[in-house]
Amino acid sequence: MSSVGTAAPEQQDTSHGEETGLWSWITTVDHKRIAIMYFVTATFFFFVAGVKALAIRVQLMFPEQTLITPEVYNQFFTMHGTTMIFLVAMPMAVAFFNYVVPLQIGARDVAFPRLNALSYWVFLFGGLYLNSSFLFGAAPHASWVGYATLTMPEFSPGQNTNFWLIGLSILGIASIAGGVNFITTIINMRAPGMKLMRMPLFTWMTFVTSFLLITAIPVIGVALIYLGFDRLFGTVFFQPGGGGDPVLWQHLFWIFGHPEVYILILPAFGVISDVIPTFSKKPLFGYPIVVYAGLLIGFIGWGVWSHHMFTVGLGPIADSFFVAATMIIAIPTGVKIFNWIATMWGGSLKFTTAMLFSVGLVAVFTVGGLSGIMHASAPVNLQQHDSYFVVAHFHYVIVGGAMMGLWAGLYYWFPKVRGRFLDETLGKWHFWTTMIGFNLTFFPMHFAGLFGMPRRIYTYSAELNVDIYNQLSTVGAFIFGASAVIMVWNLVKSWRSGEKAPANPWGAPHLEWSIPSPPHHYNFPAIPEVRSREPLWNDGEREEILAKTMHEPDSEPVMPNPSYWPILLAASITLIWALVMTGIWWVIALAILPVIYCVFKWGMEPAFPEGH
Amino acid sequence: MAQAAAAVDDHGHTTTGISNFKVGFWTFIASECLFFGTLISTYMVYKGRAVVGPYPAEIFDVLITTISTTVLLFSSLAMVLALYSVQLGRKKHAILWLLAVIAMGGIFLGMEFNSYMKYIDYGLTLGSSTFGSSYYVLTGTHKVHVVLGMVWMGVLIWLIARNRIPPAKAEQVEIAGLYWHFVDIIWIVIFTLVYLIQ
Amino acid sequence: MASLVLPLLMMGVATGCAEEYPQSSISPHTDFAEIIHSLYVSIFWWSMLILAVVWVLLAWVIVKYRRKSEDEKPRQIRGHLGLEIGWTIGPALIVIAIAIPTIQAVFATQQPVADDAMTVEVTGHQFWWEFHYPEQGVTTANELWLPVDQPVNLRLESNDVIHSFWVPKLGGKRDLNPVPAVREGQDPKYNWLYFTPRETGVFMGQCAEFCGQSHALMAMRVVVETEEGFQDWIDRWFASEGADFPGDPEPEEPELQMPGMDPDDEPDETQVAAEDEDPLVALGRETFLNSTCIACHGVEGTAAQGVIAPNLTLFGARKTLGAGIMENNQENLVRWIIDPQGIKAAVAMPGTEYPGGNWPATGLSDEEVEAVAAYLLSLK
Ligand code: HEA
Ligand code: HEA
Ligand code: HEC
Ligand code: CUA
Ligand SMILES: [Cu+2]
Repeated sequence: MSSVGTAAPEQQDTSHGEETGLWSWITTVDHKRIAIMYFVTATFFFFVAGVKALAIRVQLMFPEQTLITPEVYNQFFTMHGTTMIFLVAMPMAVAFFNYVVPLQIGARDVAFPRLNALSYWVFLFGGLYLNSSFLFGAAPHASWVGYATLTMPEFSPGQNTNFWLIGLSILGIASIAGGVNFITTIINMRAPGMKLMRMPLFTWMTFVTSFLLITAIPVIGVALIYLGFDRLFGTVFFQPGGGGDPVLWQHLFWIFGHPEVYILILPAFGVISDVIPTFSKKPLFGYPIVVYAGLLIGFIGWGVWSHHMFTVGLGPIADSFFVAATMIIAIPTGVKIFNWIATMWGGSLKFTTAMLFSVGLVAVFTVGGLSGIMHASAPVNLQQHDSYFVVAHFHYVIVGGAMMGLWAGLYYWFPKVRGRFLDETLGKWHFWTTMIGFNLTFFPMHFAGLFGMPRRIYTYSAELNVDIYNQLSTVGAFIFGASAVIMVWNLVKSWRSGEKAPANPWGAPHLEWSIPSPPHHYNFPAIPEVRSREPLWNDGEREEILAKTMHEPDSEPVMPNPSYWPILLAASITLIWALVMTGIWWVIALAILPVIYCVFKWGMEPAFPEGH
Repeated sequence: MAQAAAAVDDHGHTTTGISNFKVGFWTFIASECLFFGTLISTYMVYKGRAVVGPYPAEIFDVLITTISTTVLLFSSLAMVLALYSVQLGRKKHAILWLLAVIAMGGIFLGMEFNSYMKYIDYGLTLGSSTFGSSYYVLTGTHKVHVVLGMVWMGVLIWLIARNRIPPAKAEQVEIAGLYWHFVDIIWIVIFTLVYLIQ
Repeated sequence: MASLVLPLLMMGVATGCAEEYPQSSISPHTDFAEIIHSLYVSIFWWSMLILAVVWVLLAWVIVKYRRKSEDEKPRQIRGHLGLEIGWTIGPALIVIAIAIPTIQAVFATQQPVADDAMTVEVTGHQFWWEFHYPEQGVTTANELWLPVDQPVNLRLESNDVIHSFWVPKLGGKRDLNPVPAVREGQDPKYNWLYFTPRETGVFMGQCAEFCGQSHALMAMRVVVETEEGFQDWIDRWFASEGADFPGDPEPEEPELQMPGMDPDDEPDETQVAAEDEDPLVALGRETFLNSTCIACHGVEGTAAQGVIAPNLTLFGARKTLGAGIMENNQENLVRWIIDPQGIKAAVAMPGTEYPGGNWPATGLSDEEVEAVAAYLLSLK
């Protein structure tokens, strides 16, 4: 451990002869560029959804206000939730999967580069499609969980709910493709010596998350098919009059929905499990236990869905089962928390912004986790369900957990991406405004909820006496909004003129830090061999690796061709789904033709330059 | 798509020794299992809860379905033989066996659509009851998978005819076979749960 | 850490001070709510303990192990089996300590119903509540009357979308699901909520499942009365209109005549005004009974027998109007009758000038509206 960080190789800051220009971005299949596109798009949607949150907060600042009509309010909170979950938190994590995983395992790209590009474009078009509903004045308005029978045509006529269900189906395609891609990449593309139990925690959590993606998304996919059929073709899956049971929707939604929340949090856990050791100069405490805990969370996460349905009337036996299953998850999560603390214990802690966000996560996620345990107690849940207490819970775990973790990752990996540091002063401003704004926004919601304020209400009675909590929340939301502005400002500024960063600016132990910042488009001139969990922290092993990763290769490795078929295929997939709205079968059938054409051309196109 | 599978890494080397395409496809099949699992579960949940008839026992003809199921099963055999022929470089045989797969798939579809027609005559439609809804959407989704498989076989035939699948690339057929067997197995599950255990 | 004040705040909440919050979920007034509350309090303190442990440890490492010089070389410790076991078992024990009383409470709050329980059938509508007392044969809306110390069993169902019955001081919520149709001979599945009010008083409640545009405005009141008070209310319900007219015959079948109904139609014979009656009320009654109102609304003892909207018998005794959203007085009522949708979006009731709920505008003049309002408020 003698020379952590000191062996940082010569710094590089060239673009390595890569093509630039718009066309090169549209046709790129490079995982690093795709990652950047994911991140920028997700940040854009963060503002789109954040503005709606601010509108919600302004409307709720005083009781009985009428700034926003109920219909618009419903559209706002529905699209706020839907956008934040599907277009912000998930893709932002995918941005990190894309950038970091191949570098951490010593691969030149993901397993299926063009499929990767397809995922991105489908996500982008799906997101734009979903938000385009505002242009038609028909934004989804039945909440992000879209409970039947509120989504049935009698109660939600018009295209609003169609936009929602079709938009989500499109996004599902992107997620499944992404999941398949990352599972294959992690199984199959590891550098020699990179055993599973040597993989960095972030890669591990990507692996678990990808499994959750490929297994959870099909369930909501089927639910959305049912919903679409009920709305467009007259089936009776959720129609009580025809014998259908609206509660079935809830089961299907939450069988997907609960694994989904772990899809949101596990990547963040992965990030801070890499960040904390680096800035403590100590290896992760209890590495195998932390890995197993992550696996266990993902696994048990499948058996707890009905804790969202304690008020539905499933009976005491089912309730008890889901109480027990849910509470058990506290144990592996706690194990992670304690292992992070133990990693810091006796370490040499350096509070960079990345580290601040990580420690902040441990502090505030725990609050959200504990309110989760309160919800998990079925009788208590009967009081808290669908009140602002729940809103407090999930913003604590999502914003204080998932988002803070991803922002930690942003400050951590930005130097690798750009070869420049993010400004640490602005970073600290970002962190502290986030902490203050976030807690001020969401902590008072606990009280509002306990004192009887239901969620999803566009106004509330002065009698409830919860004005003060709402006012604090609103003020907090604006402070939090300001923090987001600081973050973007920092990104823009540092991208252009940040302080130059060497290959391994933080003295971190994993492979991604063994190559120049920014990396070559082929990542590794030669694939290194790994002999331990912290290869760059071991004298000898480090030098061997750097000998392979820091030298210009004799001949450039062959990389896949750029391709415009991903974007065209994505466009045609979006088109066909969008046309489902018409409910006219032959229009839909005709729209299959471009899809078939694109798939065919894609298949015929050589993935690699001629001769390889 | 096949080419996308070629590892970006040096000369198709992978950690497990199994090609990316195959690992990826297995993963995709895992995903499909959950997809069909959900469809089948829905059917089971709604079983016996239809408010109006016709009810399953009144309309299912187990004999006919057994025959169509058998046809589909045999198509899997043809698929195995097609792969075998490709591996040995027997172009003509391969094409013939693939044609047989398509033909048997076609017979299966034909028989099934025939049954659909009968059921509709009995009054079982998409919207007539939860039985109708969950039955048609489940089996219909399966049928879409069969159709896609047949299209895929068609493309393979075209490629083989143009000598684009030499034995070295037999994996392309193998993966199509994986898909076809999967679609078959799903049908066996459906057949057992929907038709046999009423 | 700025957030250190937070647990202190939370402690304040746990220890009461909830009386100025009329819809507080931590101020129990039934057996049901008490079970929940004591469970909540115990989980709350366990949580505080855990939070304290995590935060203290975290604060400790942050302060103690801050990097002093870049050359520091901390000892490379990779793990410790004993510790891992410790912080697995510790939380596991706490989980058990929480889960056991939870499961006991789950069964306690969904126990079989006592024999002497009174049943009320609650039906949710967009966006109001219907309460039917099958034993008493009484139907009312938006204000549920209950006798104190009498176990009550609510049968919950919905007419359209899912709603949720939530009166925090009386206990937890439960959903009102649309009940799927079943085959002949099978039992439809209803949800039930079972509790015994412990104190008299008026309790605020609100729909807790998002049910469309006016979900925010779907509130209610629960009036817990003494045994006598409750019986009196029931008696008054039957007596409401006809009481002054002994021998009042069974009300006639409602004339479901459509809009454009002849205003000159003779009013119901039995509706002769009492001698000392306010003429405005008399006019109101006549107008009401001759307008479209009665296609949807019912008033016991009159020709108004509509069932698809709130029953207005004893309406004047209700404290609130429009499903608990505003005080029930002449001024508000007039506003409501003129423009219900302006007050509550997507309400299925026509205004004086625009249609609603499949019915054309009522076309009442301002004067008639005043009269109808006065009449409805006179129903006590
Ligand atoms: C990142 C996303 C995320 C995460 C990680 C979690 C984590 C948890 N959630 Fe949360 N949850 C949501 C996102 C998330 N949730 C969302 C979005 C909703 C609302 C959806 C909607 O209706 O719109 C929701 C709603 C929700 C409900 C339903 C509430 C309701 O509507 O009535 C419940 C009920 O049980 C619940 C429970 C839990 C539990 C037990 C955990 C656990 O995983 C937490 C475990 C962590 C800890 C407990 C803290 C650390 C542990 C220790 C320090 C060890 C010691 C602890 C003990 C012994 C207890 N959540
Ligand atoms: C990733 C998930 C995520 C994130 C990050 C957030 C972030 C925020 N959310 Fe949340 N939210 C959800 C997921 C999320 N949310 C979900 C799933 C629901 C449930 C929906 C449903 O019920 O169906 C919900 C519901 C929800 C509600 C309840 C609505 C209701 O029930 O009626 C509220 C109320 O305050 C709220 C507020 C906020 C606020 C203030 C933020 C803030 O963190 C937002 C911060 C961001 C910005 C503010 C934007 C950035 C800045 C600008 C636009 C420039 C402005 C400039 C200045 C202020 C200088 N959200
Ligand atoms: C289409 C049916 C319909 C017609 C016709 C109709 N109403 Fe209503 N009315 C409703 C519905 C539905 C509600 C419940 C609205 C809500 O609170 O969401 C309601 C509510 C009310 C209430 C409030 C009840 C309460 O408990 O708070 C009053 C008072 C009322 N109507 C009076 C009238 C009068 C007077 C007329 C005729 C001039 C009338 N209604 C005509 C459907 C109707
Ligand atoms: Cu009824 Cu919300
Ligand atoms: Cu959950």
